[in-house]
Amino acid sequence: MNSARARLSPGLVRAAVDEDTRERARPMKRPPLGQGFKMPLSHRLAEKLIALMAMSAIASVALIFIFVAKEALPLAWEHLEGLHLADLFLPQTWRGYHEAVYIWQPVGTPEKFNVVPLFLGSLKVTLLAMLFSVPLGVGCAIYLALYAPRRLREVVKPVIELLAAVPSVVLGFFALMVLATWMQDAMGWHFRLNAVVAAVGLALTIVPVIFTISEDALTAVPHSLSEAALALGARKYQVALRIVVPTAAPGIAAGVILGFGRAIGETMIVLMASGNAAIMKPFDFTTSVRTVTASIAAELGEVAQGDAHWRVLFLLGAMLFAITFALNFVGSVAIRRLEKKLTAT
Amino acid sequence: MQLRTRRLSLFTSLLLSVAAGACSGGHGRGDEPSAETTTEGASPTPQSTTLTIKGSDTMVILAQRWAEAFMAANPGTTLQVSGGGSGTGIAALINGTVDLADASRPMKDREKTQIRERRNGEAHEIPVALDALAVYVHDDNPVHSLTIPQLKQIFRGEVTNWNQVGGSDAAIVLYGRENNSGTYAYFKEHVLDDLDFAQEAQSLPGTAAVINAVSHDPGGVGYGGIAYAQGVHTVSVAAEGGQPIEPNMQNALDGSYPLSRFLYVYSVGQPSGLAQRYVEFMLSSAGQALVENVGYYPLPHEGAAEVPAPSGAAAPEAPAEPAQ
Repeated sequence: MNSARARLSPGLVRAAVDEDTRERARPMKRPPLGQGFKMPLSHRLAEKLIALMAMSAIASVALIFIFVAKEALPLAWEHLEGLHLADLFLPQTWRGYHEAVYIWQPVGTPEKFNVVPLFLGSLKVTLLAMLFSVPLGVGCAIYLALYAPRRLREVVKPVIELLAAVPSVVLGFFALMVLATWMQDAMGWHFRLNAVVAAVGLALTIVPVIFTISEDALTAVPHSLSEAALALGARKYQVALRIVVPTAAPGIAAGVILGFGRAIGETMIVLMASGNAAIMKPFDFTTSVRTVTASIAAELGEVAQGDAHWRVLFLLGAMLFAITFALNFVGSVAIRRLEKKLTAT
Repeated sequence: MQLRTRRLSLFTSLLLSVAAGACSGGHGRGDEPSAETTTEGASPTPQSTTLTIKGSDTMVILAQRWAEAFMAANPGTTLQVSGGGSGTGIAALINGTVDLADASRPMKDREKTQIRERRNGEAHEIPVALDALAVYVHDDNPVHSLTIPQLKQIFRGEVTNWNQVGGSDAAIVLYGRENNSGTYAYFKEHVLDDLDFAQEAQSLPGTAAVINAVSHDPGGVGYGGIAYAQGVHTVSVAAEGGQPIEPNMQNALDGSYPLSRFLYVYSVGQPSGLAQRYVEFMLSSAGQALVENVGYYPLPHEGAAEVPAPSGAAAPEAPAEPAQ
């Protein structure tokens, strides 16, 4: 029923008409703008220079990845101190343990490099932080974009965005000294510094990310849509929930994905407020956690170049890089989709 | 109050140095641009007026006091001191970005081999002070003494309640240092017999952070250098089958306290030039007075006899009090 109506929507009809005219216009192709005459040398040089600058950003990202991966790759064949790649991911039985365990204890004899607890820690903190920040960020965005009077909006929006400018070390310090004490008094958990404390600190950094992108997506929804719905007798909340939010959904999703990427890569707050114990308890969120980023930050200074430990840390970095890169890619694809969707209707 | 702010600022500066270390984790490890110029060769040239020193967080206050006093006595010289952990300092020495490394544990054989391979020289070890590693508990905790086997069980996670070691019924919360810390390595080796810390053991950057955490946590227990002990109380430690011994200067000096240790400075080869003068200053009576000032213990005389005797004009003129 719904889809049948969508198929007949005026936007799609208009798009089809456009497509048709474009089809017919194709034979009379004109040269692209600015290429019909010869440009002065200085213009051409300037163009090349700008292109080079744009490329250098791409090149630097590629070079960073290559450098990080280059340091990590020899792990696959060097077998330094008998370390195989599988040892990084599979549980093992060590001296002093009764069963096969996932252990990250990179200093000692023997060194134990199991990265699973670290990724578990990162995931736990990040998911918790998302749990706090997505409702907050998206809720704020919906309120400010659809309900708030303009004057309030002009005050609240910059203030939330200002949150993004607070250095993470300051937020970490706040989480460590203030939040942890409140939480300890209120909850009395075994660990004073735990995943929840770190996640709340982390949520403060990603709320602005989610908010800004969601708010942009919501305000970009054409007024004609909501005006049409209102004219048909829809209530304000119906317009918000059934028209505006679904239309902006890819943008909101992009905000959430980019927020996730930011959270999983955040270092300082988790280093300060999570307690940094690599505990393998997937479903207990009140334990202390050790994240991938905090491990790299705390340990990379210690190791000698070319060590197994050094290589494992670079591998962690490369994996983290791949994850955030993939997330950012997905996020930007979602934003592009939204733009397409909005211009089509 | 002043002490507290000092501790906090120390803590943040440690964190920042951790972050800086992480950011500059590539080949050019030196945060200090001048490190490049002074460490091109195996050891600094005699004319150099800059020394870069990095290492143990336990020793960082002491090293800064020494550097301040030395610079005051030798105008025109620059000493750059930073912390980061013994492992960090030794790694920097191996990688050639510092002149001297502070360490609160002896160098491992593997690290000595790396120095030989990378720097074409032998690691030179100089004990410079004595420290007692203390075990801290919250001020309200009734436990006042623990044996080494008990400590091992506690930090291995085999004992999880204070009532199992003579305290009240409360869960034990473990705090420790990051694994780049000499204190961590020393504790692991001497208390845990090289077995792993419990998974639940939290690691914090710096002894000050450990003490801060324990002081906020009624069930907390942590370890660190004695010089930092404020706001929490230390427990007496008994060796297996021995009497509980209080961590204090007397007991550390006569070796009866089971967790006392030397603090070291390492160089590649015999220190020469400015580094030599600095080492002599640390071992001089003025330098050793600063050790006591900061809260560690000066070297016993037999320890001092092993290292080159203090000589040179600069050392005795050094002021005992650090510049304000």
